[in-house]
Amino acid sequence: MSGVLPVAEGLWTDEAQPRLIGGRHGQTGEIVFPMPEGDAAQHYDPVPLSRTGTLWSWTSQDFRPKSPPYAGPEAFVPFLLGYVELPGQVIVETRIEGANLAELTLGMPMELVLTEFAPGRTTFAFRPCA
Amino acid sequence: MTQVQIIGAGIHPFGRTDGRSGRDQGVFAVRQALADAGLAWTDIECAYGGSDSAGNADIMVNELGLTGLPFINVSNGCATGGSALASARNAVASGQCDIALAVGFDKHPRGAFNAKPGDWGLPEWYGETGMMLTTQFFALKIQRYMQLHGISRETLGKVAEKAFRNGTLCDHAWRRSPVDLDTILNAPMVNDPLTKYMFCSPAEGAVALIIASEKKARELGADGVKIASIAVRTRPPGSFEVFAPAISVDRGGKPTELASQAAYEAAGIGPEDIDVAQLQDTESGAEIMHMAENGFCQDGEQEQWFAEGRTELNGQLPVNTDGGCLACGEPIGASGLRQVYENTVQLRGRGGARQVPGNPKTAYSHVYGAPGLSAVAILER
Repeated sequence: MSGVLPVAEGLWTDEAQPRLIGGRHGQTGEIVFPMPEGDAAQHYDPVPLSRTGTLWSWTSQDFRPKSPPYAGPEAFVPFLLGYVELPGQVIVETRIEGANLAELTLGMPMELVLTEFAPGRTTFAFRPCA
Repeated sequence: MTQVQIIGAGIHPFGRTDGRSGRDQGVFAVRQALADAGLAWTDIECAYGGSDSAGNADIMVNELGLTGLPFINVSNGCATGGSALASARNAVASGQCDIALAVGFDKHPRGAFNAKPGDWGLPEWYGETGMMLTTQFFALKIQRYMQLHGISRETLGKVAEKAFRNGTLCDHAWRRSPVDLDTILNAPMVNDPLTKYMFCSPAEGAVALIIASEKKARELGADGVKIASIAVRTRPPGSFEVFAPAISVDRGGKPTELASQAAYEAAGIGPEDIDVAQLQDTESGAEIMHMAENGFCQDGEQEQWFAEGRTELNGQLPVNTDGGCLACGEPIGASGLRQVYENTVQLRGRGGARQVPGNPKTAYSHVYGAPGLSAVAILER
């Protein structure tokens, strides 16, 4: 994705098959997402998360969120979002790509992709596994 | 601790009142509560109040009178009203004073609430990518619940249909016209499975409650309603709440369950003893899930409850008898107190066309809000 910038640094790994970066708590081992910032970060070590998981819940966004904070295009196209459970790690909120509402079912396998949610800016999303 | 009663209740109609500030709506409600209790402002010994978006409550003394009373501003998000009531109740129960005021008011701009990530300790990208909306949370929670527990879209619609039907009978409601089930189900989608008629809207309104010791209430010959218990709780580990970029795979408890159990325990009664309930209905799904979280039914039984009309005004457990948030709208600072106001009306038998039959003796109210807190109050007659 040359010429496009991530919506934020440090959200996913820079590799051919990117992975989200979570934080593992030094004492409890609990995994959170995103990796905490500021003083809270001292308690966590960055950890790449699974690229695949299962669909935990979903919905559609049918109206344009207010800007700011929303940074998507003015011409609004409804999108899907949900939570994907990365087994044994954490359940992440995410945009959903490559699926219609009617196709989504609880527990369906999902995999990470990057998506250009606004001109020149990418974010992470999950899509049903091929 | 001293037993405590609500001896005066006032409300400014919910909805939109152009040209009247949120705080002036609060003053309106206080005056109505004073008149209801047969008291003057000079009788109030301490006050607790607040709003989310309409300024500080203590400025109301400019209008009500400079009596020198202690007036504590409460700012606790969706639990602002509930926290004000808990504080006023505690002030009387502890013997600090005999008569206290709890007041909540608000006035929000039109449209969905617009939260700033930084205010909630969240990164900017969360808002930039369009995932920081309260409406999404409610849709995501009920979507999963429907899949797991067999709740139908039609039942979501029946919640809203009941709310608007009850609202037609309620003079403080905003939405006063019935909406039929087909219209609700076929309305534009906001966040699947929730259509626009299944969501409440930010609005305006105010509620004031006057709290007194049982002894004082008796002296005054007040038409009082006993506060059996109040519990406010924040979220436990592993809960699923508004504005969560991720949640734990170790699923845990819910703030509503904690507040509910604490309130039942303190009142010494259980859900089977409740005659009428006001449950947070930010949207249709919330009322359904909160029926179970507050102990009134098992997960999934709501489908049958709605099919049989058990939560209608004349049902086994009338729920949201004034139309709830769906018909009244949601002025954050006033919304939780509206539920207690409505329960006070019902227990006094003053509900008019929406009065629950059979002289209800116990009433339950539950408010839920961001970032994961609940307040429950149980009243008894």
